[in-house]
Amino acid sequence: MDNFVSNSFSFTTMASDRQKNIIITLLIAAFLLYSFYLYSTLPVQRYRSSEVSDRGKMVWQRYNCISCHQIYGLGGYLGPDLTNVYSFRGKDYIKAFLMTGTPTMPNFNLSDEDMNDLISYLNNIDSSGKSDPRTFTIKPDGTIEQK
Amino acid sequence: MVAGLLLLGAGMLFGLTGAMQYIRPGFLKEALSFEKTRPLHVSSVVFWIIFGAVGTMTTYLQQYTGKKLYSHLLFQLQLLLFSAAVLAILVSYFFGVFGGREYWEFNPVLAIPIVLGWLLFLFNFIKSIESFKSQPVYIWMWLTGLFFFLFTFLESYLWIFPYFRNNIINDMTVQWKSYGSMVGAWNMLIYGSSIFLMEKISGNKDYSRSKIAFALYFTGLFNLMFNWGHHIYTLPTYPFIKHISYAVSMTELVIFGRILFKWQSTVSDARKLFHQTAYRFLVAADVWVFLSLGLAILMSIPAINVYTHGTHITVAHTMGTTIGINSFLLLAFAFDLLYDSCRPFSMLKNRLRLGYWITNISLFIFWISLIIAGVWKARWQMSTNKIPFNEMMLQLKPCFIIILNSGILMFIGILILIFPLIKNQVLCYLDTRAKQIKNNNRNAADAYSID
Repeated sequence: MDNFVSNSFSFTTMASDRQKNIIITLLIAAFLLYSFYLYSTLPVQRYRSSEVSDRGKMVWQRYNCISCHQIYGLGGYLGPDLTNVYSFRGKDYIKAFLMTGTPTMPNFNLSDEDMNDLISYLNNIDSSGKSDPRTFTIKPDGTIEQK
Repeated sequence: MVAGLLLLGAGMLFGLTGAMQYIRPGFLKEALSFEKTRPLHVSSVVFWIIFGAVGTMTTYLQQYTGKKLYSHLLFQLQLLLFSAAVLAILVSYFFGVFGGREYWEFNPVLAIPIVLGWLLFLFNFIKSIESFKSQPVYIWMWLTGLFFFLFTFLESYLWIFPYFRNNIINDMTVQWKSYGSMVGAWNMLIYGSSIFLMEKISGNKDYSRSKIAFALYFTGLFNLMFNWGHHIYTLPTYPFIKHISYAVSMTELVIFGRILFKWQSTVSDARKLFHQTAYRFLVAADVWVFLSLGLAILMSIPAINVYTHGTHITVAHTMGTTIGINSFLLLAFAFDLLYDSCRPFSMLKNRLRLGYWITNISLFIFWISLIIAGVWKARWQMSTNKIPFNEMMLQLKPCFIIILNSGILMFIGILILIFPLIKNQVLCYLDTRAKQIKNNNRNAADAYSID
């Protein structure tokens, strides 16, 4: 049993502190460079949100819509993905849902201003891209590309 | 740890309520609709992980150094800040007061005590380590987890600045960058503790200082930093984020699974039995690493992710890792830390064994049902003639019924396991207090008789 244990640990050469410090410094430096590069060159410079749709985002967060709905497939699954609901269903359809709720979705009694802001936010999301997975093609290397 | 166990129980209760709302839409709609239930469930479970990890690390650090923490006062203050924040968060959810994002739905003001508490913990932890030279890998993992949780938690609030939220793509890129790495940060805290526990069980301290242990740690850290893009393959953001994520995503669970499997093979039977219940949970976590690894690898390939994204397969992955790996490891720590309390557990061995098997089997059924539901939704997402969303959800109802029932069984199994732990700690505390009062009374009586 002792031989078995010591043979199993034949890889137990001690790592030097200097080597570990160099590796972790390099990793942290790369991570910080990556992070600050992303912050300074955010992917989309066009289609910035207006003041109205920004207020709409706050309404979205205030009523926690992401708990049940998804944007780009991320969120809760009790309700449908709303990324492209604006172009797919239209403003009036969305407003009808917001005014009455459904058997599952409560009526949040939103004010007209909140409703319009929220619809403006959904319009802004809709203009950013398509979330439908059928719009992607699969490449031989396993990556995907949107048509 | 006890606070964490209570949060685990609460989280499971909210989870069952949410599952019921899938089967009966409109269930508790007026009082506790799903936009309240989901964050109640998620936040309870996330804070179980955080409280459990913090409690474990604090105790294991003291066992490792052989000394008390640098400042008990700072630790109490930290605990007070965390507890106050968590209580305020859960109460705010009940009243439908939100304002944050997914997973941190609470008003951003409540993030302040969490950050302050975490800073206190970080300071206390660092000051409790006398030297950073030649430390084992778990010290590195704990420190990594501490720093990166703070960084990613602050990063997750960049949306407060209009610059970061001026476009949904920018907003979601940064949001999921923070979330992806944040999960890696708390995994570091838990996996570090698991290596410490394995060292305790085996009695061999060489592994945690070896080159292989550090190689695996650095690879895990590399994943934490760069693989987060696998959450946003379908978001129209920078392609290089996705390519980097694809390249690094598949390695971390393999690495950790290797660590666990290698360790098991070297422990003798006598040492295995020494922490029997704790060891049993390490074994269970090992199995769930293997299952979650298989699913995670598949989901990390963009060509497969395009099908699984937005389906219950993602939920299966989350549940498999959060319950099967993180929670089972935390339960191993709980049994290790709370086993040697003032009252013995030996009489409860059969009951604990029952709870263990009920939890594992029901989790497996739960997991499989989520995958089946996910596959069904994926078919619907890809179909050319989609039926309406609510009709698709009706078709998934049999899966949701199984999910609810297996969830109830899991809740029963976990209660069987955690109730004796909590009860023991409460009774031990009451015993200690009673002895203190008795001593105080005796001292007062002696002082009176002398006078």
